[in-house]
Amino acid sequence: MILAETVLFSLCLIDTGAVLFLLIYYIITLSDLECDYLNAQECCDKLNYWLVPKYIAHTLITFLLVTHGQLVLFFLNLPLFIWLTYEYFTIPQGNLGKYDPAEILNRGQLRKHLRDLMIYIGYYLVSFFIYLYCFILALLKGNPIAGSDDQIVTEM
Amino acid sequence: MSNLPPNPFVSQPGANANPVQAFNHNQYAQVPLGQLPPGYGGLKDNNSNSPLHGTISPQNNAIQNINNFNQSASSSPAFNQPGLVQGGMQGSPMRPFPQSSQPLNQISSPSPVFVSNPNPYTPNYQPQKQINDNVPPLVPPSQHNQPLVNGPPLAASMPNPTSSSYSPVPPLNRPPVGGYGPSSINQYGPAPNTKPSGPQSLPIQHSTQFPGPPLAGPTNIGTSVPPVSRNVGPSVPGPLNPPYASPISGPVTNPPISGPHMGFSVNGPRLNALPPNSAVEARPVGLNGPLPPVSGPPKQFSSANPLPMMPSVSSPPGQPYLNQPVSQPGLNSNIGSNVPTALTPPMNQNIPVNQQAGPPSGPTGGPLKSNMQSRYPQMPQASYNQQSAPQQSMKYPQQYNAQGLTQQMGQLSVTKQGFDQLWGHHMVDLLQTRHILPEYPEDPPEIKLGHQFADSPNCSPEIFRCTLNKIPETNSLLQKSRLPLGILIHPFKDLNHLPVIQCATIVRCRACRTYINPFVYFVDAKRWKCNLCYRVNDLPEEFQYDPVSKSYGDPSRRPEIKSATIEFIAPGEYMLRPPQPAVYLFLFDVSQIATDSGYLQVVCDVLMSNLDQLPGDARTQIGFICYDTHVHYYSMGEGLARPKEMTVLDIDDIFLPSPESLLVNLGERREAVCALLGALPARAAPAPRGPAPPASALGAALQAAYRLMAPTGGRITVFQTCLPTAGPGALHSREDPNARSSKDVNHLNPATDFYKRLALDCSGAQLSIDLFLLNSQYSDLATLSGMSKFSGGSVYHVPLYSSARPQHVRTLQRMLTRYLTRKIGFEAVMRVRCTRGISIHTFHGNFFVRSTDLLSLPNVSPDVGFGMQLTIEESLSDLQQVCFQAALLYTSSKGERRIRVHTLALPLASTLPEVLHAADQHCIIGLVSKMAVDRCVSASLAEAREALTNVAADALSAHRLAQNAPAAAPGLPAPAALRLLPLYLLALLKRKAFRTGTSTRLDDRVADMCSLKCLPLEQLLRLVYPALYPLHALAPPAPPHDAPCPPRLHLSAERINSNGAYLLDDGECMIIYVCHGVAPAFLADAFGVSAHAQLGDEGRALPRLDTEPSALLHAFIDKLNDDRPYASEILILKDNSPSRHLFLERLVDDRVESAFSYYEFLQHIKSLVK
Repeated sequence: MILAETVLFSLCLIDTGAVLFLLIYYIITLSDLECDYLNAQECCDKLNYWLVPKYIAHTLITFLLVTHGQLVLFFLNLPLFIWLTYEYFTIPQGNLGKYDPAEILNRGQLRKHLRDLMIYIGYYLVSFFIYLYCFILALLKGNPIAGSDDQIVTEM
Repeated sequence: MSNLPPNPFVSQPGANANPVQAFNHNQYAQVPLGQLPPGYGGLKDNNSNSPLHGTISPQNNAIQNINNFNQSASSSPAFNQPGLVQGGMQGSPMRPFPQSSQPLNQISSPSPVFVSNPNPYTPNYQPQKQINDNVPPLVPPSQHNQPLVNGPPLAASMPNPTSSSYSPVPPLNRPPVGGYGPSSINQYGPAPNTKPSGPQSLPIQHSTQFPGPPLAGPTNIGTSVPPVSRNVGPSVPGPLNPPYASPISGPVTNPPISGPHMGFSVNGPRLNALPPNSAVEARPVGLNGPLPPVSGPPKQFSSANPLPMMPSVSSPPGQPYLNQPVSQPGLNSNIGSNVPTALTPPMNQNIPVNQQAGPPSGPTGGPLKSNMQSRYPQMPQASYNQQSAPQQSMKYPQQYNAQGLTQQMGQLSVTKQGFDQLWGHHMVDLLQTRHILPEYPEDPPEIKLGHQFADSPNCSPEIFRCTLNKIPETNSLLQKSRLPLGILIHPFKDLNHLPVIQCATIVRCRACRTYINPFVYFVDAKRWKCNLCYRVNDLPEEFQYDPVSKSYGDPSRRPEIKSATIEFIAPGEYMLRPPQPAVYLFLFDVSQIATDSGYLQVVCDVLMSNLDQLPGDARTQIGFICYDTHVHYYSMGEGLARPKEMTVLDIDDIFLPSPESLLVNLGERREAVCALLGALPARAAPAPRGPAPPASALGAALQAAYRLMAPTGGRITVFQTCLPTAGPGALHSREDPNARSSKDVNHLNPATDFYKRLALDCSGAQLSIDLFLLNSQYSDLATLSGMSKFSGGSVYHVPLYSSARPQHVRTLQRMLTRYLTRKIGFEAVMRVRCTRGISIHTFHGNFFVRSTDLLSLPNVSPDVGFGMQLTIEESLSDLQQVCFQAALLYTSSKGERRIRVHTLALPLASTLPEVLHAADQHCIIGLVSKMAVDRCVSASLAEAREALTNVAADALSAHRLAQNAPAAAPGLPAPAALRLLPLYLLALLKRKAFRTGTSTRLDDRVADMCSLKCLPLEQLLRLVYPALYPLHALAPPAPPHDAPCPPRLHLSAERINSNGAYLLDDGECMIIYVCHGVAPAFLADAFGVSAHAQLGDEGRALPRLDTEPSALLHAFIDKLNDDRPYASEILILKDNSPSRHLFLERLVDDRVESAFSYYEFLQHIKSLVK
């Protein structure tokens, strides 16, 4: 299943954009918890619900990139993929998920989560613009109007 | 308070006029019903259950008077022992309670009905004694000499404390200096049982805040003081006193500046010369090798042994006291180890005893003894110039001990040490000090607030304690001190004198919702400034009214301002639903192991006899569920002559067969309940039906209980005897019996989230689950405890329970009786607020942290404590003090909504020595043990042990840094305020929870961890470092006391004399250890046997004989039992009993195969100190 480059990057773009929105939702929820608008149980239920979709979204990007031979981008995504996998599979058995209502307000975990989320957002923002760049590049490369001006595009 | 809740009040003119949201404690109030768990039936259901509910209206005053009376009465059975109760005042409500000593008067007045101290103390403010807060004593003018009185020299010159020179204030009633103003004494002072009318007539009562000392004091007045004066007299020459007195009294009486400034000049330059902080931080944490080679310490001992005594110490410390046995020639005392020359090695330990205490009556140490002593390396002989002073001063009437540590330096005349003493900065060389443990309980270090609040009553240290009694100004200073910063709180402690107030509006800060407290600033008569967020608030008109003098004008005379612990009866806006009734549900395991253990008979009997004592009102409901592989319900509804059993076979999808008749009103259906309790044990008995099913479906039963109780909330009590193996929440055995003594312990984490999830659901429905684990095999407490941990319950563990063993039965009976009859608060929430700049980052205890600083406690009991770790987020240097306020909102068993507020204020410290010397070592141990439990679960046991060791090393490194001492300095100097830290840490490392190398069942380990997490400090300390008392020389008590108070001994075999008898008290069990050489007369008088051989190997009962030693012994044991939730089990062991290891393993100062002795541990720490 080899997709055209444009399709591939547009998929990546949409995927990353969705993850970005999800992360912002995470941040809003956690800040709500911090400000007492929300109780811990509810907050953690919401966050844990979206944990797997987030993980799948990232796995999908990584998988797409490696199947399409975009090795540079793949290696860019690999560390986060490994980290997410590690995180997902090391949740203690006794916890209710990555965000545990009984622990989240203890030991500064809330801040740690917020800090992690900020790092994620930065990471996804950067990759979002990389995909955008690649997407435009692919669009220009494959532009039928440009016809024989391939070399101009590549020099750009 | 960075996370202020959304604040609708600022924009609204009257915060209290806003009924529902005014109380942001009450978060469940803000949670819409949709957020509550599915079983939550909503408000309408409650109404059907609660005929008596309703908001409290002024017309109810009469009822409330009664309620107040009952509340405080049932909460305070312990105050019949005024000075005797050492610390924790919670007594079991079982204890007879004299009505006449009821200290609580309720004054009914038209608008603010309140209950307060009948004997209000009007603070007479004396500006001339405003002293900066690091000058220790802040004394009324009549007591300028008080710091001197604390030290031995003066006392030596004045053997009788009641001599006329102290006539202005009778010494026994002398108020403690500083932070605890006399009014706080009144607050907690128990009404003496012996003279119920006393409190009203005395200006100042005996105080339980200074619990231990009063024991010691008056007892010794008659006996031990004269010897002390004889002994100390020569060593402290008379002329010493005047010069000694003058430098101290100077700064105290003079205007304050000179004192503190000199203090800084001592400390300042040193600090400036410190190496950069990075040197401190860079110390490697991971030192896991067993550092000192085994041969090391013995060498040290041998080289240290010949050290001569300091000539100035002519009298060894314990001597004055121990001289008493001279009058009892038959009994030898245990002072061998106290006497300097005794130490030279094992065998001649008794010789000095004989010299000091008269001819020995029993044989000297036999082969057993010498073996034991050669097993344990000796500490080097030390010079006593530091230690003898405190130990002697301990003998004095301890009312003077309010200064605690300041009195230590009695005999030193060096100026610097004099100043150190003055500011409470003295040091102890741990390696040189053998008798580090105070013989009599010490008061917690005193809190000295700035002048403005010097007289303000602070919260009792039994309720609220901070690890540092001076908060560092900045986070970097805290890091430099390397001490943990945190508070321990025991919020629902049984108090004997609690002011209860009912008023129309509860005055609170409009910004941060802090309750008005003694530490607020009054800007003028109409406004007050919050001491937590510094907002200026209006004072309501009625707050001007003083209900005692019935006059208007001075708001500082209100009980809210005069007491740091206060209880409000909450008006209607503090409840979202009508106060819930008391609802109790009992879950009994009736699987095969349970029936074999036979616990059900015991439990049912205790329940039946305590049905009347269950706290509650006419709405109280009760229900029972049994479970094995199925779940059995018992319907006791109307129209049933006998309880009907209904069994639900489908445990995977549990349902309630007839919800309305499973929980019944206790008053109306009492016969049915009794019939059921009578029939249940037979129903579960193994005989007629063949063996019971082996599996236990605990999870299903819990789900059923949740469904049954969710509409009302209440308490679920689970009796579990085995691993639940059927239905939801089934577990499998994880423990490897062969790995019980291995270094790394696994499976301290829960195996499934089922119990946690259930507990959180329960917490949302105001349900709490208490677990009684009576297991005889591995039951995975690590997982099961989750159900209590997150629902605010508690865990009780009786390992290897079998009804065939009477001691188990007795323990369970006592435990259960206390559990059933103690006070209980329902649907509680607790919020701890801190001054801006400080925040809580970790909570310890059993609860669910629902939002940043709100603890949800579906049930709160008087036997649990909580811990919180704090961080300093902003610099506090522009503040004068830091305050913490804990507010507990609960529904009493009578259906009243009440708020109990505790406020603690602490001064600030700007230099490292100040921080170190103001540390509260007991509180640090309490907090550190909780942190270590967390570390075990989140990381590993090895890491937790390492961290514990590092606590001591860090603190001593910081002290070395503060002293600017070279790294290779000899000895191990420690601030006096931290001198017990290594001792207790070593004991903690040898607790079941943290020990390695000794075979420990996983469940025992986890149970120990659970108790470390949620015991109140005093019980926790007793558990960590049990008290050891010599019994063979119990002196008759002096008149004010009715029980003897022997000195505490180190937990070391060297303190065990072969002709003594000892009592070891760890709070759970009292072990009486009778050595073979004890005088036959004592055996006959105390134990009723004529020879040592006639004692049983394992006695469980102490006979009550009609002799004086027996009476003394019983009085002493009763006194010890008085301050704990239920009486301890007594175990009498001989020194040749097969089970004497039960006693010997508690001697935690000594070396065991896999763990350091105290001296080795010190060496280890010394090697870690950088």
